[in-house]
Amino acid sequence: MLQYILRRLGLMVLTLFGVSVAIFLLLRIVPGNIADILFDSAGLIDPAEKQQIVADLGLDLPLVTQYAHWIAGLAHGDLGYSYVSEKPVLDEVLPRIPITARLAGLALLFAVCTGVPFGVVSAVRQNTWLDYGLRVMSLAALSMPSFWLGLLVLMAFVNWFGLLPIYDKAPATWGAAILMYGVPAATVGFRSSALIMRLTRSSMLEVLRQDYVRTARSKGLSERAVTFIHALRNAVLPVITTIGIETAFLFGGLIVTETVFNIPGVARFLVEAIRWRDYPMVQNLVMFIAVVVVLVNLLVDLAYMFVDPRIRLRT
Amino acid sequence: MAAILEVSGLTTVFHTRGGIVRAVQDVSFSVEAGETLAIVGESGCGKTMTALSLMRLIPTPPGEITSGTVKLAGTDLLALDEASMRKMRGSQIAMIFQEPMTALNPLLTVGRQIAEMVSLHENVSRRTANARAVDMLHHVRIPAPERRAREYPHQMSGGMRQRAMIAMALACKPKVLIADEPTTALDVTIQAQVLDLIDDLRKELGTAVVLITHDLGVVAETADRMIVMYAGRKVEEGRTGELFADPCHPYLQGLLGSIPRFGGAEGARLREIPGTVPALSDLPRGCAFAPRCNAAVGTCRDAVPALRPKRSGHTAACWVN
Amino acid sequence: MREIVYYGRRYPLGVIGAIILIVFVLTAIFAGVVAPYDPLTTNARASLAAPSQTYWIGADMMGRDMLSRMIHGSRISLAVALGATCIGSGLGALLGLASGYLGGWFDLIVQRFAEIMQSLPLLVMALVITASLGPSLVNTIIAIAIPLIPNVARVIRANVLSLRELNYVEAARAVGMGQTRIALVHVFPNTLAPLIVLATAQLGSTILTEASLSFLGLGVPEPYPSWGRMLSESAAEYIRSAPWLVIFPGLAISLVVFGANLFGDALRDVLDPRQGD
Repeated sequence: MLQYILRRLGLMVLTLFGVSVAIFLLLRIVPGNIADILFDSAGLIDPAEKQQIVADLGLDLPLVTQYAHWIAGLAHGDLGYSYVSEKPVLDEVLPRIPITARLAGLALLFAVCTGVPFGVVSAVRQNTWLDYGLRVMSLAALSMPSFWLGLLVLMAFVNWFGLLPIYDKAPATWGAAILMYGVPAATVGFRSSALIMRLTRSSMLEVLRQDYVRTARSKGLSERAVTFIHALRNAVLPVITTIGIETAFLFGGLIVTETVFNIPGVARFLVEAIRWRDYPMVQNLVMFIAVVVVLVNLLVDLAYMFVDPRIRLRT
Repeated sequence: MAAILEVSGLTTVFHTRGGIVRAVQDVSFSVEAGETLAIVGESGCGKTMTALSLMRLIPTPPGEITSGTVKLAGTDLLALDEASMRKMRGSQIAMIFQEPMTALNPLLTVGRQIAEMVSLHENVSRRTANARAVDMLHHVRIPAPERRAREYPHQMSGGMRQRAMIAMALACKPKVLIADEPTTALDVTIQAQVLDLIDDLRKELGTAVVLITHDLGVVAETADRMIVMYAGRKVEEGRTGELFADPCHPYLQGLLGSIPRFGGAEGARLREIPGTVPALSDLPRGCAFAPRCNAAVGTCRDAVPALRPKRSGHTAACWVN
Repeated sequence: MREIVYYGRRYPLGVIGAIILIVFVLTAIFAGVVAPYDPLTTNARASLAAPSQTYWIGADMMGRDMLSRMIHGSRISLAVALGATCIGSGLGALLGLASGYLGGWFDLIVQRFAEIMQSLPLLVMALVITASLGPSLVNTIIAIAIPLIPNVARVIRANVLSLRELNYVEAARAVGMGQTRIALVHVFPNTLAPLIVLATAQLGSTILTEASLSFLGLGVPEPYPSWGRMLSESAAEYIRSAPWLVIFPGLAISLVVFGANLFGDALRDVLDPRQGD
């Protein structure tokens, strides 16, 4: 078991190393230097000053050296400085992380708590109107752009409740806090919920066909006991694995939803950094996202191993 | 001895896109307490469907038990409502299946699955149920039962899993045990052990056993009486010894005749029954076996033969024999 | 013809999806003919006009007719969706085929690349690529195509691996068929079905990704009318005053993706019966 974890961690480091090289090179493919942009936006004209900026930022060093500096810095927790604000990257990023984390966690919770029950209902009532309805609705949910859903939600709030769930660093009441986090979280989680519902449904259908379900019935168990004690337990296994894959999709949803609801999280920050061509920021943010995705996948795989005795106990 | 299980005119059909499949047609038989009745036939002859019909485990959207009665100690199982039937399952009539690996829930310990049977039908504490589970495992001759009870199905061998299934089925001492091909998926050496186990438990508990199999060797070893099924119908019934010695129905004759024997002439061709089993959705008008029967005459193709007593305690459905 | 009717009756939802897609494609092709106005001409006096006889779905803040912009927007969505899906699935399939069939170090390298690419969410990768290449129609297509490659490659590779072990391939080898012939005649045709299913499934997600990119301002630039960008230009500010700006472009996106999903689901049911319930 320990060996497995160590091996996975090793692979993780290798993969992340590859990601760092890829993102580093990608951002420097096209000429169109940050120096040019800073230069122009500051209204400077003297080429000597531009040279100064280039030298200051270390942009005249060979690429390999620049990369090495960055990686070495990462190892020490020094992520460099933002081109735009000139503050350390860490200072800009760190306070934004908990906000996005809360949103992501709530979104996942929402997705699982709505997706699984609906999936079970859909499977148990297969081919009824309820089943068809849920399937069509989930497909529709998967077809909507996340940001559009966010806009519609905003519209609904404005028109029906006369208020906007604006983000506030220190919400006054519990109600405000719930609104502030809950609404965007539900918007982000909506898509994942539909996916989980469909997956639970097909997994349940598969499980309900199995022999051990028939055995359970032959013991005289009620349909409810069969569904929840025997079938569901087996059916959620693939759902657990999916949560890992979903996390990657979740980031996409977070990016647009944080933009729509004006939430100062890490995901929206990435877009801003890209717009400002703030290379150090973009690099580190992308690395951060990659680390999170890979870590979550590892955790999910471990959780799966923990839950499934067939893998946990290799005789 | 009164019959503990009396099946009369059982008919089960399936509604499929291709038409109606008559899986079980007008099947009647009875089993006495402590007796082993074997139901023999090829794949697709309806023996498993008969078993599932007795337990009312036929999936009812496509399937339907259209007529008949199944009297267990006087109570007609087919007339009960679902809740009452659930009480009967496991406590009065239980079933074990062919594939022990897939028939046990891979995520629950074996002990828990057996204890579940006990706590379902008897009002006992969880500890008692667990203790009973260990006790049953011991009863089916599994060594170190306390340890095994805490294991998962995939940690056991095929034979052990089947024993665990038997332990589970008999935990509440049902009056009837239906065993659907219990040894088909096991190694030959283990087969004998499992069959012996079932037999011993039958004698000890007085359970009636309905043994479903396609293996005539198994029938010869363990069954007191046997019925032969073909294309959803019962075509012959009687004491095992007698049917083997003097088969009436051409199908059984063909089956017995096709068993390879030692000491036959070298290079002698195995005797087979020509043709194949008809599809249950497209049965011929008369006797279902007629197309393959070399003794068939005109009446055979026109009308389904009725079961008639040929010798004492020996019935067969054949116009000719 | 008869086959179409047969499949149509069995998969009514798939037919609906196909119809939506066909309408979408036709609208895109004949946009110039169908649209009542030029999508680019501005008209200050008509700014934020509500839906009426003149402007069926209203006008945006620059007085441009929404209906015409939406109709022309379908062209962009179609171009990006087709372009990205074809390039991404095509390259991914080639990579998967080669990787699965050749094995060895080539396979290992490709797999590591795929792993690296898959540790980043689709949108993030597309964002970074457009950011580095600069916003343009072609760059958007490339940016969306590239993240598709590892997904497709992985599926096709798995398919090829399982096919390679199949008995009839072994039989072909035993009879002395050459490697390339086996690949072309036996292995490749059987990867076609899952590839088509996969590509159709990607169609919807490429449209959504393009919409998201354009919404963030990092996708298809002016003057092309992109549905996604139409939504960003009207975000939040006009929710109260001109809700039609928000409702209709999003509805168009959802409808087309919905059609693609319905069609894709039905196609999968037809070509891959193992999935059926």
